[in-house]
Amino acid sequence: MEKIDISQPLDNLTEEFVVNIGPQHPSTHGVLRLQVKLDGETIKDIIPHLGYIHRGIEKMTESLGYKQFIYLTSRMDYLSAHINNEACSLAIEKGLQIEVPARAKAIRIIMAELQRLTSHELWWGSCAMDMGAVTPFFLAFRDRERILEIFEANTGNRLTFNYITPGGVMFDVLPSFVRSIKDLLKKVKNYLKEYDELITGNIIFQHRLKGVGYLSRELAISLGCTGPVARASGISCDIRKYYPYDGYEKLEFKEIINNGCDSWARYEVRMEEMKQSIWIIEQLIDNLPEGEFRTKMKGVIKLPEGEYYQRVETARGEFGVYIVSDGGSKPYRVKFRSPSFSNLAALKPITIGSKIGDLMASMATLDLVIPDIDR
Amino acid sequence: MNRQDLKIYLEQNYPYCKVDDTFDFPLLWVDSEKLISTVHKLKNTVETNFDFLFCETAIDRVTHFELVYHLTSTKFHHDIVLKVKLENMDNASIESVYPLWETAELFENEIYDMFGIRFIHHPDLRRIMLGDEWPGFPLRKDYIDDINIKTL
Repeated sequence: MEKIDISQPLDNLTEEFVVNIGPQHPSTHGVLRLQVKLDGETIKDIIPHLGYIHRGIEKMTESLGYKQFIYLTSRMDYLSAHINNEACSLAIEKGLQIEVPARAKAIRIIMAELQRLTSHELWWGSCAMDMGAVTPFFLAFRDRERILEIFEANTGNRLTFNYITPGGVMFDVLPSFVRSIKDLLKKVKNYLKEYDELITGNIIFQHRLKGVGYLSRELAISLGCTGPVARASGISCDIRKYYPYDGYEKLEFKEIINNGCDSWARYEVRMEEMKQSIWIIEQLIDNLPEGEFRTKMKGVIKLPEGEYYQRVETARGEFGVYIVSDGGSKPYRVKFRSPSFSNLAALKPITIGSKIGDLMASMATLDLVIPDIDR
Repeated sequence: MNRQDLKIYLEQNYPYCKVDDTFDFPLLWVDSEKLISTVHKLKNTVETNFDFLFCETAIDRVTHFELVYHLTSTKFHHDIVLKVKLENMDNASIESVYPLWETAELFENEIYDMFGIRFIHHPDLRRIMLGDEWPGFPLRKDYIDDINIKTL
């Protein structure tokens, strides 16, 4: 037998190997497969494999009417369902040049901001769980439930609402809506304090996120990142500020920008955004306009021939609807520019060279929703 | 620059391209051979500074493909749409814009997957959604789906 000299450390013995993370893995929050090439614990390369939940929504829209395909968009980013519906409604209203009643606009913004709150709360819980803290996950679901109760009472659904339709909203809100929102906001403010006490100041949690997953400003622009991911890299890109829709231009709110560029910066941006959402709802809830909640629409909508692009700010970033119409009752082509699809591209450059444990931290703060990637 | 200024600027500085309008943005028709030089100029000129590719997609017009690039500027926040016609539908191919915007990698993979348009100099061209064994390209208008026949 050959004798191995172990008096000197062996430096040529590392072997590259491949680990598949997913498609069924708790930290991918859905069915995404990451083929990770590892050298010891260090990540050498990541290849994302998508398509496990691809439903061909873009193809389906071509055989559905304009009012019908909106239902499918709730199934893409299911945590921003209201906002996706809003984007499609706005694109269709733009084509038909319909003015939406003031009450409907206010209700839309309140619903969209509540949706952002639910999404960020769920992200907070799952992010902490990915870091190994289980309690926040239950707290997040408890708090999200308070908002879902309001959604359920007013829209009839908890996850896929289809509440915002072309011309306004599906039904008027309940008489108890204003009071329930005011009660809710009081609670949510307390919840946010609780979140900070529990996790934000936690030294272990901070060490897991600080300096991890560095995404420079130039790279974020090149990769097409939007939303909190881009704003944590110092890019000012809030659609609500630059291309306001549904009356965001009349509201006062801050665009949260952080120049930290790491996972911790992304955490801070989302925590601050929750406070801004509360502030937006507070401005609207006291003087909710009276009147109609929907303008009358024709049964079958026909958009004039042409192209319409509408973008909105979902909880994850810029969501765009690109409708190409040939004048018929069905769209000729619809493209959904989903925020998670572009943000996924950032995963590879921010994790290469780091340890595999940090991959979870980076993924958690990118806040990917897999059905939104696959469509 | 606002929309009108941008249109005038484009007409002056890109005489070889046709300037048009869509509902939302000014539209620039580019020849497929001149695509890379044009986008390079659009991105690196100080006045336009289109450094953000926010949407890239294709449309099947039955007689030809249209590639659609939506560009914006993170500095000036003005937008533009670029369109390229691809006449050869059986063997459609075009230069990748990956060297200018890394986000194009995933967008172009998706276009290749759904339309079968090949991108030259793409770092890793593969069918990301459907996989290699899927027959045909679903978003083409001549695609026949035997299993899910749905016409309304």
